[in-house]
Amino acid sequence: MVSRIKGIEFKMLDPEMIKSLAAVRIVTSDLYDVDGYPVEGGVMDPRLGVIDPGLHCRTCGSGIGDCPGHFGYLELAKPVINILYTKAIYKLLKITCSKCGRVLSKPEDNKKSKDLSRNPPGKCPYCGQEQGKIKFLKPNTFYEDKEEMSPEHIREWFERIPDDDLKRINFKGGRPESMILTLFPVSPVTTRPSITLESGEKSEDDLTHKLVDIVRINQSLRENMDIGAPDFIINDLWELLQYHVTTYFDNELTGIPQARHRSGRPLKGMIQRMKGKEGRIRGNLLGKRVNFSARTVISPDPRISINEVGVPDIVAKELTIEVPVTKLSMNEVKEAIKRDRANYAKRPDGRRIKISSENKEEILENIAEGWVIDRQLKDGDMVLFNRQPSLHRPSIMAHKVRVMPHKTFRISPQVCPPYNADFDGDEMNLHALQTEEARVEAAELINVKNNLISPRFGGPLIGLDLDQISGVYLLTRSKKKFNRKETSAILSKAGIKIDLPDGVAEFTGKEIFSLLLPKELNMEFKSTSCRQCDSCIKEKCEYDSWVKIKNGKLLTGTIDAAAVGAFKGKIISRMHGLVDTDTIRKFIDNAGRLGVAFMGQRGFSIGISDLDLKDDIMEQIGKRIVKAEKESNALIEKYNNKELEILPGMTASESLETRILNVLAEGLNSTSEIVKEHVKDSDFIVMVNSGSKGSLVNLTQMAACVGQEAILGQRIKRGYYNRTLPHFRQGDLSAAGHGFVRKGFKQELSPTELFWNIMNGREGLMDKSLRTRKSGYMQRRLVNALQDLRVTPSLAVKNSNGHIIQFVAGEDGVDPSKSEWGDVHE
Amino acid sequence: MCMNEQISKTKHLYSPEEAIGVIAAQSLSEPATQMTMRTYHFAGTAGIQVTLGLPRIIEIFDARKELATPTMEVYLTKDYQSAGKAKKVAENIKQVKLRDLVVSDVIDLTNLEIIAKLDSKMMKDLELDIEKVKKAIKLKKVKVEGEGSELRVASTTIDVKNLHKLKYKLMELHIKGIKGVSQVIVNKDRGEWVINTLGSNLKKVLKIEGVDPYRTKCNNMFEMLDVFGVEAARNTIIEQAKYTLDEQGLNVDIRYIMLLADLMTFTGEIKAIGRYGIAGEKKSILARAAFEETKKHLISASIRNDRDELSGIVENIMMNQVIPAGTGSFDLVGHIPKEPMAAAKPETSKPKKSAEKESKKVAKPKAVKAEKKVPAKKAAKAKKTAPKKTKK
Repeated sequence: MVSRIKGIEFKMLDPEMIKSLAAVRIVTSDLYDVDGYPVEGGVMDPRLGVIDPGLHCRTCGSGIGDCPGHFGYLELAKPVINILYTKAIYKLLKITCSKCGRVLSKPEDNKKSKDLSRNPPGKCPYCGQEQGKIKFLKPNTFYEDKEEMSPEHIREWFERIPDDDLKRINFKGGRPESMILTLFPVSPVTTRPSITLESGEKSEDDLTHKLVDIVRINQSLRENMDIGAPDFIINDLWELLQYHVTTYFDNELTGIPQARHRSGRPLKGMIQRMKGKEGRIRGNLLGKRVNFSARTVISPDPRISINEVGVPDIVAKELTIEVPVTKLSMNEVKEAIKRDRANYAKRPDGRRIKISSENKEEILENIAEGWVIDRQLKDGDMVLFNRQPSLHRPSIMAHKVRVMPHKTFRISPQVCPPYNADFDGDEMNLHALQTEEARVEAAELINVKNNLISPRFGGPLIGLDLDQISGVYLLTRSKKKFNRKETSAILSKAGIKIDLPDGVAEFTGKEIFSLLLPKELNMEFKSTSCRQCDSCIKEKCEYDSWVKIKNGKLLTGTIDAAAVGAFKGKIISRMHGLVDTDTIRKFIDNAGRLGVAFMGQRGFSIGISDLDLKDDIMEQIGKRIVKAEKESNALIEKYNNKELEILPGMTASESLETRILNVLAEGLNSTSEIVKEHVKDSDFIVMVNSGSKGSLVNLTQMAACVGQEAILGQRIKRGYYNRTLPHFRQGDLSAAGHGFVRKGFKQELSPTELFWNIMNGREGLMDKSLRTRKSGYMQRRLVNALQDLRVTPSLAVKNSNGHIIQFVAGEDGVDPSKSEWGDVHE
Repeated sequence: MCMNEQISKTKHLYSPEEAIGVIAAQSLSEPATQMTMRTYHFAGTAGIQVTLGLPRIIEIFDARKELATPTMEVYLTKDYQSAGKAKKVAENIKQVKLRDLVVSDVIDLTNLEIIAKLDSKMMKDLELDIEKVKKAIKLKKVKVEGEGSELRVASTTIDVKNLHKLKYKLMELHIKGIKGVSQVIVNKDRGEWVINTLGSNLKKVLKIEGVDPYRTKCNNMFEMLDVFGVEAARNTIIEQAKYTLDEQGLNVDIRYIMLLADLMTFTGEIKAIGRYGIAGEKKSILARAAFEETKKHLISASIRNDRDELSGIVENIMMNQVIPAGTGSFDLVGHIPKEPMAAAKPETSKPKKSAEKESKKVAKPKAVKAEKKVPAKKAAKAKKTAPKKTKK
């Protein structure tokens, strides 16, 4: 058992600690001698740790990877301020006495240090010393009564502050004089490894460059002090030393010119290393690069199950799983080696042997309990599958491996919705799990079949899609009877292994679908094709939209998106409380294949002529649009005559815009009514009615009229002076001049109309990119605020501080992912 | 049988140690990617444009004090349920600036006067007269005269140069109604007269006669907190967030919104989601440093000698340790017999089903034979000790 880190304490480094940590005293700014060996006493001193493979550390004796690196120290010729602590220094100067160092208020005054620093008393209550006015000039200069304070002076001041007083103002991280550096800690070389370029030239880390600067200036400062150089030279050097030390810590301070590399690139200071998305914390500690992963393009395979993933054989050969050799696993292990299904064998002594066709016989002979082999991925292994952006939990789910030829990951089209994936070139990631615990948790907790219900809304995330829905819709709608032979043909084409009930000669489509339903299922609901009549006559519905299932038999109604679709399927969400998840998994698999199989048999096609409308209908539509345009022209005229009725809270022109938009939208609606009435009954209509794809709006836009194209929710009004395009007169307010497209896509769009359409399309693109960024940051903030919340065994919600946020999670303790649309299963 | 009954009663409940926060956060933000950026929309029948979509959701989570479109929904008492009376109340709510009353204005340069002609019909409608207007002008060093519909304002000190400035100031003067309420619309909603406003000031609106103080509300959670208290503020957050999501046709379980609202208000005041709210007030230094302002948090921790107890999620991820949530909250306790192939007892995993999922782990690994299992006990112990530590 690995011991756990229980806590981390933060303190300031004081000179004693710097010295005791250090293995080397740094004395020279040289890095390497003429032969290319690191100079002792330089900042690349070999005692600071090893970064070259094969070498051993002069301090601890361990090799690369084991040696953690060791600090060095540098004695600064004159003290400098640690720039990270300037705020604390300023505060401390303000609230302590310049003479005796005590805090400028007695404990019994009960003053907060915040109030003290905001309003420091002019006199020390202990020694009566008058206090000077402390000023802080960013970035690193302090003044006492307009006189500049040297770091030495500040240090002496801080040394006088008694420990008890520091405790009182909650300054517990060490002595305040450590905020003024006298010893400088030189970080281990392992934290700033140098890179050897192909040319053999060594390229040093940013920190090393900075350290060289510090040591060099420090040296020349000391020399100048020793020879008694004039003050201005010493002060200049001192200031330079302060600059280098400052930029070593933080190179993004306002008021300090950034230290730059020779190429002009700003150097990375300590803070820059830690900060931000690619910094140490978010880039390396919270997110890591991993092994045992694969990424490739995804493509659909409707024949595999929803919780499977087709893995290319070349991927399966590369990804491995450790199998310890035991009595129980011996046969499996040997078989794997024989068939070249294992890549490495690890002996108990830690040696790793690559298994090849040459040495496999030898390994087979030697292998014994205690060895571990790296076995290749094989059918049935649980792996994690992920598509970015991982916006919610079901963006990562566990699938069962199915090794397949070719080079793409194959997934069932039904699992696209939770990943938000499609097959236009999307790539996905796969992770092979390395420990038994991980594999079991994956198989139980994040298996696709156990994540059918979204924790967001308690409905199914996974369901049939597109042609699968159209297929079952057509099947359950058709009046046709299928004899046993035809029925078997469809089922076998769908790969469904179900025995047909004896003694039934003919099956309706509904009966075939019923074969897939569990016997426990009883439910009634309205399907997508429901026309929302005023009074529902349920079973007697003339459109067959009332779905009634009794004991697993579909009695009336057509199965469509409302029954089995992703995000909607009522059958799936009802089954969730009724039968085990594997049964639902099989149902989704089979229903999808049944739909496609039936569609394959029936045939399915759409063509542009399906949207042809008779001439008189087109005329009718044209009239409606002309009418709408006339109405809007009438409004414009009224507006020009200042007779327009003004809507509350709006200016006249705003009222006009709103009214025109409404009039035109009404016109479009009425045309879409006509289209709905008169469009040919084609497979277009099948798609719309079953809810598999497309809507009435799409049909109308293609067949009759595209309608108003809007920018920022308003009619298009940008462009030239007083007009949108040169095609229109100045001051033209007409519908056509402001984005109204009167024709359908199937007819011709005029050049201006096409332009409106493209403008709208462009707005969509811009909106999308802006939205992703905004909502991405919102998600990060939300997760950060909420991530520590947990449900305790008593169903209360607590955060990591132990505060109770809710006494019962969600007020009733119901987990939406275990509910049916937020309600408890009956 | 007894066991089965119990399971069926609890199977819809949260699993112990479920990381509900992350799920809530994702459930709220995943649909946000599908939201429109289009800011304004007419709020139903009310006819007032309000901020909606992603900008509004961000506004709610950020707990902004100044909303882009503050609105009120003013309900009326029983005695005021008629179109005429409702309109009267609405007139008392809507702010009237001098600008709204002025038909024409002249600057008289010889007398250094501003002469404004007021709309007498409008004044009558609003139950105003010249005296009331004169009273409302509370500028200093100004002489106000007026008769009929003419208002004359002369400055005692200001010269010609600044007369224009004075005129502007004068026009913006608040004469009647509630400051900031720029639009008032009277609607009949479910057989009742309701006044919707753009601009809000609950405190003042509640003092107006005819307003029902029990149901009148606004969309600004801070105002609700101020006037009605923290529970009302919590309900405002829930209501507004749910409304915004529903309006976009996005389905999010209300439990998550309630959790978020509870988190924002459980201290008795409203805390935002961002760095100055909940995320910035976490105890863990590392969690704060990981979020934003890394330098600030680390430095102040070193000065105060703070200690990170590693009780949260990110801190433990940073330490490469198992996180204290979900299956990571439980330990697996088992006795591994010295003889690996000791009499294989068939595992009885039935009684555990209701307890913890993680006990399933026990069932699978081949090598581990759990003979004396005390996972429930041990886990309970671990839980008991954990909160104690954090209290210290």
